[in-house]
Amino acid sequence: MDEAVAVLAELGEEGQALAGGQSLIPLMKLRLARPGVLVDLNSIPKLSHIEKRDGSSIRIGALARHAEIADSELAASIPILHDCAAGIADAQIRNRGTIGGSIAEADPSGDWAPVLLTLSTEVHCTGPKGIRTIALPDFLKDAYTSALEKGELVREVAVQIPPKNSGGAYVAFKRSAPVYASASAAVQLTMADREMCQQAHVYLGCVGLLPVHAEAAEKELRGRKITPQAIAAAGEAAMEAAQPHSDMRGSAEYKKVLVKSLVKRAIDAALRRSRGEQVKVTHEYVGRI
Amino acid sequence: MSVGSERVAIHVSVNGRAHDCEVEPRMLLVDLLRERLDLTGTHIGCDTSYCGACTVLLNGVTVKSCTVFAAQAHEAEILTVEGLSKDGELHPIQKAFASCHGLQCGYCTPGLLMSTYYLLSKNAKPTSDEIRKAIAGNTCRCTGYQNVLKAIQVAAETLPQGTA
Repeated sequence: MDEAVAVLAELGEEGQALAGGQSLIPLMKLRLARPGVLVDLNSIPKLSHIEKRDGSSIRIGALARHAEIADSELAASIPILHDCAAGIADAQIRNRGTIGGSIAEADPSGDWAPVLLTLSTEVHCTGPKGIRTIALPDFLKDAYTSALEKGELVREVAVQIPPKNSGGAYVAFKRSAPVYASASAAVQLTMADREMCQQAHVYLGCVGLLPVHAEAAEKELRGRKITPQAIAAAGEAAMEAAQPHSDMRGSAEYKKVLVKSLVKRAIDAALRRSRGEQVKVTHEYVGRI
Repeated sequence: MSVGSERVAIHVSVNGRAHDCEVEPRMLLVDLLRERLDLTGTHIGCDTSYCGACTVLLNGVTVKSCTVFAAQAHEAEILTVEGLSKDGELHPIQKAFASCHGLQCGYCTPGLLMSTYYLLSKNAKPTSDEIRKAIAGNTCRCTGYQNVLKAIQVAAETLPQGTA
């Protein structure tokens, strides 16, 4: 890894790190990316771990493939992580794409960022000036822009394990498996008891330059009983917070309505999971044929 | 391995046969297979990482070979559709696709066969939903998928313990 950092630092603007390549290679084909030199990170050893540290966090190596995270029992102990990993694109892309590459790319339609933002997540980086830890909200600067400096690489992602009375879910709508979602919703609720919500985190994907932090939706939940009325109000508030653009994945109006329904479904699943129920909800696309 | 536009020397095993090649760093794995090794069974459909016609196994897992560089296959084991049949006999998955009419024009078939092989190597008795999820990255514009699903179910029943 130190060698990769040194080579990238020396290359400057010409160099580009290559992880899973499932976004970068298509971007290069479209000439939207034209790196002079690619530095393939795949041969760096010990960078695809998924392990528990200090009993309080799960550390996921930057090169852990989405499929490896989807198959990990440890990752599944935080159900929203499994939702995300198991539903990204299709089997072939999940076998190749990495969590480190996904967050470093900071694509507004990426799946990992909204999910990891609902949890307390830190990004551990290694660069020419040494190692540093960046809280995920500070790591994501803008669309396609992370806080990484030239030559700096994501080493691992550290996710705080939420308390037992917490539950989360990630729901997205995709027109087909390999495409980006039209909109997505990530919700993590920590409950004081069966009905009373102590803490709520709601983030929306694909409807802004960065994942949208739906604070107004959180306010409808935090410190309140999660009733059908509260869920409906949170859905409305999330819809107001979304800033989608019309494109081939749907009109802005359509995406707003979609956000409302996705948030309501995610809250329902998160609530049931906080009570220990097994809820199989993910954004995975299974063609109804 | 070197950088820049120099050629990169790679060593790959494809369908059990070792190859030493010199490739441009930008060459895609699918082009190595088709243009250099004459293994044209792997198809290029969309060339955008969508359709899955170019699916091969790279070190035991499916990838879209249009979205991996040939140089990244250095020291790797590749399995392509040509590697499925043994001694002139079609693989049970291929036989199931033929008998169930799981193909029409056949363009997507190599990719579907490799995704099926991968699924059955991991999961001997997949449910209908698991099959659908496993082939969600393979686009077929002819069959409507019904006979593909049937073929995969028949293949799962035929294969001894799913030894794809």
